[in-house]
Amino acid sequence: MITFENVSKFYGEILGVNRINLSISRGITSLVGPNGSGKTTLMNLMSGLLRPTQGSINVLGLSPDQPEKLFRKLGYCAQFDSFPKGMTGRDFVQSFLEISGFVRKEAINLTNRALERVNLVDAAKRKVESYSKGMRQRIRLAQAIAHNPQVLILDEPLNGLDPMARAEVIALFRQLSDEGMYLILSSHILHEVDMMSDRVVLINNGYIVADGDTRGVRSEMQEHPLQILIRCDKPSLLAARVFQQDDIVVEARLHKDRRGLFIKTVNPDEFYLFFNKVVLEQNLQVESIHPVDDDLDAIYQYLIGSEGS
Amino acid sequence: MSSRVEVYPNEQVDEKLPLALWWRQLQAIFRVEAKKNFFNRRAILLYLLALNPSLIFIMLIAFGSKRRLIDPVSIIQTFSEVYEGLILRVVIFFGCSWIFINLFRSEIVDKSLHYYFLTPVRRELLVIAKYFSGLLMASVIFSVTTLLCLFLIYFPRGYEASMQHIFEGPGLNHILSYWGISVLGCVGYGSIFLLLGVFFRNPILPATFFYCWELISFLLPPVLKKLTIIHYLQSLTPIKLSEGPYAIVAEPLTPWVAIPSMFLLTAVVLVVTCLRVRRMEISYSNE
Repeated sequence: MITFENVSKFYGEILGVNRINLSISRGITSLVGPNGSGKTTLMNLMSGLLRPTQGSINVLGLSPDQPEKLFRKLGYCAQFDSFPKGMTGRDFVQSFLEISGFVRKEAINLTNRALERVNLVDAAKRKVESYSKGMRQRIRLAQAIAHNPQVLILDEPLNGLDPMARAEVIALFRQLSDEGMYLILSSHILHEVDMMSDRVVLINNGYIVADGDTRGVRSEMQEHPLQILIRCDKPSLLAARVFQQDDIVVEARLHKDRRGLFIKTVNPDEFYLFFNKVVLEQNLQVESIHPVDDDLDAIYQYLIGSEGS
Repeated sequence: MSSRVEVYPNEQVDEKLPLALWWRQLQAIFRVEAKKNFFNRRAILLYLLALNPSLIFIMLIAFGSKRRLIDPVSIIQTFSEVYEGLILRVVIFFGCSWIFINLFRSEIVDKSLHYYFLTPVRRELLVIAKYFSGLLMASVIFSVTTLLCLFLIYFPRGYEASMQHIFEGPGLNHILSYWGISVLGCVGYGSIFLLLGVFFRNPILPATFFYCWELISFLLPPVLKKLTIIHYLQSLTPIKLSEGPYAIVAEPLTPWVAIPSMFLLTAVVLVVTCLRVRRMEISYSNE
């Protein structure tokens, strides 16, 4: 378990993060928020690159103050797109494994495996300076996972990757998560975060504004009724029935193609029961029914909104 | 992308003093740093700086007084003047400032220091390995400079006369002394510049102050002279040069005081630097 207890970080008078209480368990946890919201600060605090102004952090029973122990269990792919000068991709991964204390033979094996995992075997002999942005991203990922850490922190790991590489990297994250790893990542690509994350932590202005799985977070947002689009053969009839349920339905309006009905409900469970009843009574032919704002994108818009854009 | 899933067990380090691990880590950091120091493009300027005194000696041989270059006493006098005025006070001083300030500072500027901080290595080991890699580079380059200049100053006398002066006269003692002073200069100046590179965001100003302090050491009273590196190094030179009419003369230190003092200074500086690096945060945007 990774825990933050009342953690604050100030850069002089500027707030980084404030009074963070957070527990992170196995699986993929995504930190989501606008630029400057405190995502990277949180990751740097976790890895000991920054020290908290107050509070304490615990990573699998270790304090980030003990790098010699912590980084046997933790790998961090930071967002700095810079490298030690003059190194090839292979040198880069292997050198830091040797610095970690692995003997050369083991370091070579681990380097080969890491390069394979990020699909960079062919380019490994080239200098990192000559790599494309996506390749540089992947070699940093290889360096972070090479020693098989239990915790992997990834700051904007999908940046610069083409769609194919992005899909491969996401599959790798899922695989690592299935192996029991703790993955903590930040990303601006909300639909991909939504797709791969077991849990999201929304951060804004240094504060955690929401935390949990996407559906759970959405269901707790009482001030924003859930929107559902129902496509059926008699949307007008359905609308007439829905208007009689003003205790659970806040708003209903016909879709512009007049083949569907938008519903806003404060109590989705009750609404679905009611809807089933109407379908049976009126013999409605239902084509589809799906919530339109229970994804991460909508949650982000509701909680952070234009501040983040 | 590979779909194989195997997790290597992390090496368990339960020992209180995992010396074998530390030794491996020191060697690994040392290799990376030494390679970076010697083959970095930035090192070209350093090599040019180190070549400067040799060019002066070549010019002396080509255009200087032949009589002066054959007389053994004049030879070592000329070398001593160039050594103290140029090699020690300029080449070794500025060379060490370049090498040792950049051990940490250049990686902060290049935003690559975090890779070291993200490995399971004690930061104290990082400081020690970086210092010794810098010391290796400085010692090799400035030893070559010193020895090359000595070779050039003996060159006009011819092989036999030079060998006689070296092995039957005071030559060997002079060569070993100046070579040792060069290395000791790298040890002392290196530690100070390492400290400046770690403590100051812009080390140019403190380095300039330090240069001025070293430059005016001949004007300082004996107590303050002991706070300059050059006083310890000058105490070891086999030929004592006059520092001019305004110099405050102080008793030179014996080698038994001067040499251990440099090492003691280095040890203290390394401890302070380790403490600083241990607490160091990575926040490149503030640099």
